[in-house]
Amino acid sequence: MERECAIRLRGVVKRYGPITAVNGLDLDVPAGTCVGLLGPNGAGKSTTMRLLTAQSIADEGELEVLGYKLPQESKQARAQLGVTPQLDNLDVTLTVEQNLLVFAYLYRIARADRRDAIEGALTLAKLGERRDSRVDKLSGGMRRRLLIARALIHRPRLVLLDEPTVGLDPQVRQELWALIDRLRTQGTTILMSTHYIEEAQRLADTVMIMSHGSAVAAGPPSELVREHAGSEVLEVYGQPARLAEVEAEARGHGLRTRRTGTSVSILGFDGRDGISIRGERRPANLEDVFVLLTGEEIA
Amino acid sequence: MAAVDTRRSRLGRLERSALTGVLVRELINYSSYWKSSTFSSTVEPTIYLLAFGFGFGSVVSKIGGYDYVQFVGTGTVATAVLFSSAFPAMFGTFVKYQFQHTYDAILAAPVDTEELVSAEAIWMAARAGVYGCVPMLVAMLFGLDPSWGMLTVPFIGVIAGFGWASFGITVAGHAKSIDNFNYIVSAVLTPLFLLAGSFFPLDNFPEWAQVLANLNPLHQCVVLVRHAVFGFEGWQDLARVGVLLAFGALMWRLAIHAMVRKLID
Repeated sequence: MERECAIRLRGVVKRYGPITAVNGLDLDVPAGTCVGLLGPNGAGKSTTMRLLTAQSIADEGELEVLGYKLPQESKQARAQLGVTPQLDNLDVTLTVEQNLLVFAYLYRIARADRRDAIEGALTLAKLGERRDSRVDKLSGGMRRRLLIARALIHRPRLVLLDEPTVGLDPQVRQELWALIDRLRTQGTTILMSTHYIEEAQRLADTVMIMSHGSAVAAGPPSELVREHAGSEVLEVYGQPARLAEVEAEARGHGLRTRRTGTSVSILGFDGRDGISIRGERRPANLEDVFVLLTGEEIA
Repeated sequence: MAAVDTRRSRLGRLERSALTGVLVRELINYSSYWKSSTFSSTVEPTIYLLAFGFGFGSVVSKIGGYDYVQFVGTGTVATAVLFSSAFPAMFGTFVKYQFQHTYDAILAAPVDTEELVSAEAIWMAARAGVYGCVPMLVAMLFGLDPSWGMLTVPFIGVIAGFGWASFGITVAGHAKSIDNFNYIVSAVLTPLFLLAGSFFPLDNFPEWAQVLANLNPLHQCVVLVRHAVFGFEGWQDLARVGVLLAFGALMWRLAIHAMVRKLID
């Protein structure tokens, strides 16, 4: 099934002084798929994104984007790559259309195609009616859509989305998911970093869970869930003392648990008998896997 | 194999399309703030001219063979060049990487730091060339006679402006916070500004100060503009152009070095 890889990382290491932000990372993003990088804050997702545009230079390892070796050939790669940064960096005193025009130049779109590219981006972001609005007059959701449209103006083969919906209302988030899903169905390769589990579960064909700079698990979301959390989870509520007992008992049965704030979730409960613990049964989800693999403590 | 072919057409350094992209961004942004920037670039030298012209001009009528208005009118061209290049370069660059994250967006496109810095310096140099002429034009209203040599003044402004813009970018690239600029303004720019010969001649300064002044690009710019207006002095002025070009080239490389360190980690 050897599909061409849009991104291929092998043994990539990136250190900042004493901190190792990316620690021996391997990553494959097959062309035409959407891969989600899932991990807690500080797991190395954003550093990985910066490595892919050669805004960070790896200390060790091999990086290939669209067949180009980084960092030497990163400019060629960037010409065919679209990037949506985590931090909004639109020119706020310019209009929507002017922002797109600037990037039509930066991405070297031929003069004859510039108009069409801008119209296409406006349509995609559903900002046609706001083309003459200054960016600082737009809502947060519109700005985010513009940021994504700006990254797509040159019809890139590969798009990097760094936390595309961070800090947005649920309604706006769903709107952006629809946009990203449209891209995906059009065959654009997407690498998306997120710490929203639902986002990864909905959009990504493959999820890679990162922790402390390296991959701790990778695969389609449903397979990851099955492999690490089984199909059913027993969720037990109670006082902290009771929860500790439940944890001990479950571990005694060889089951894995995770804390869920006010409750304990017993993973891989899948129709087990002979366990006297009472609780609510629910399907296992990606969040169970995420917490299990990246740890309960906040680093 | 198509992939090999694209790789062969490897993108080079300092590409025109990359420079154009950055310049277009500046030009479009300029359309949103040109009024305020033109206002300050026009009003400031006019105030200098009026203040020094009427203030000093009433005490001294002639300096170094020039009417005082002519002396200041030509001298403040260099000041205007400095103010419209070094200052926007320091503050603008810092704001663009620290607060607006503009450079992150540009560097994610097929633009390298070298191209980004070069285009920014070219843009500010061009502006300095235009705004630098304003004091001279104002002085013409106060009796400075037109001359053919004045047509070279914008070019002198561009060359000096490129150096000062690169200087500003270098400073911004090394600054930890925007307050750091105070050190540079107080310890570097103010002395250079006063040791430039814009408002008074340097003839009465001690010898060592006069020697130092020759290394001051701002002084070279002041003298060059005066000679452009009142008559060039052959190879000496060519040497001055050489000093400005060398200053520009050195600062340009230092600016690129500083910004690569800042933007690429």
